[in-house]
Amino acid sequence: MAIKDLARQELMHPGAGSCPGCVDLLSLRMTLKALGEKTVLVIPASCTASIECSYPKTPFQVPVLTMAFAASGAAASGVAAALKRLGDDDVNVVVWAGDGGTYDIGLQAMSGAMERGTNFIFICYNNEIYSNTGIQRSGATPFGAWTTTTWTGKSEQRKDMLGIVMAHRLPYIASASPSYIEDLYRKVQKAASIKGPKYLEFHTPCAPGWRFPMEQTVEMGRLAVECGAWPLLEAVNGKVEFNLRSKQILDGKYERKPIEEYLKAQGRFAHLFRPERDEKALAEIERWLDAEWEHYRQLASCGVAAA
Amino acid sequence: MERYEADTTISYPCVGAAGKTGGWRDFKPVIDQSNCIKCLRCWAYCPEGAVLRGEDDSVSIDYDYCKGCGICARECPKKAITMERED
Ligand SMILES: Cc1ncc(C[n+]2csc(CCOP(=O)(O)OP(=O)(O)O)c2C)c(N)n1
Ligand code: SF4
Ligand code: SF4
Ligand code: SF4
Repeated sequence: MAIKDLARQELMHPGAGSCPGCVDLLSLRMTLKALGEKTVLVIPASCTASIECSYPKTPFQVPVLTMAFAASGAAASGVAAALKRLGDDDVNVVVWAGDGGTYDIGLQAMSGAMERGTNFIFICYNNEIYSNTGIQRSGATPFGAWTTTTWTGKSEQRKDMLGIVMAHRLPYIASASPSYIEDLYRKVQKAASIKGPKYLEFHTPCAPGWRFPMEQTVEMGRLAVECGAWPLLEAVNGKVEFNLRSKQILDGKYERKPIEEYLKAQGRFAHLFRPERDEKALAEIERWLDAEWEHYRQLASCGVAAA
Repeated sequence: MERYEADTTISYPCVGAAGKTGGWRDFKPVIDQSNCIKCLRCWAYCPEGAVLRGEDDSVSIDYDYCKGCGICARECPKKAITMERED
């Protein structure tokens, strides 16, 4: 898959209401290219819902069901059942939820849809905050990060969402990054080719929320992967494989960049370095990252339980 | 475009749902075509779909909707795109 092989068709009209440089929008644009027009989206309250609900206009060229914050998984089961009844079995039913709508308030409805075996793709775009309501912490916010509700830095590590989803023993799970666009596109198409519940998570840096210049958004996503703060992986029937840079890190062919390079590039971590270095917090970040990679190493060597 | 009856509000697809977002720009991307190798990275990574891909894979900017984020300039391997201040 090369860039020139990405579909020419655009299913998002230009002139959407997202911030300049928003890679939530980039990920959507690419996902819809990968899926094509036979797609129905369910979108709970989020930045994406704001992009979509510019009534009476919308940039989306596929049907979208705007959903209550907590309910997207349940709504997806309903949409899939209705389409089945209509004989429209070849439509992609896709939830597009933020990390708030996935890790936190959307968790039980998503889990229910997965347990029911709904034929859909749950996509979480993870900008590590509740961005639409002005930068509050979520279960995906990393330790140490400033948000308006953790203004001295978050004191907990992020939730292991991929682990929670893996426990549902799905036929396909993947994490991706819009900074590795061909890999993201391939994973969307792979998910669409498999029947049953699928989960994808995209790591989407948010310039206004993380406090860095918007033109660096794609670079920030790449740096997250290079520092090991975000893994690229996929699990087919429970067998976990890492991809691209993340695979090279595990294979010892690429050395993780120092995490401080990533932290220093974002204003949300500035208090870890000024007025003086917070050695305790920085050591906790390093400890967690090493433990995380040890966990990844084990996942890669034994996989998880079969689907 | 087909319209639907429903007991809820329905928005319909259109270009510029949030207006002509090109007006948000402080800097505009300018492509030096003589340096461009048609790698399409700017087209792929523009969040807005504001880099237009021609039949022959040449690229141009849709200034009505480009928000001036500068990602295309940062992702161009040939540095063929420069960000110029709007007058
Ligand atoms: C039940 C309920 N609580 C709160 C809100 C307000 N609300 C709207 S969007 C949002 C944040 C969504 O965060 P996330 O899911 O991470 O998506 P993002 O905004 O980051 O795109 C909140 C709290 C709501 N719409 N419904
Ligand atoms: S706040 Fe962040 S995620 Fe939301 S539209 Fe702006 S850049 Fe995108
Ligand atoms: S500046 Fe941003 S919005 Fe404009 S063409 Fe480049 S990537 Fe697209
Ligand atoms: S990224 Fe640069 S070299 Fe590649 S197509 Fe765009 S302008 Fe041309």
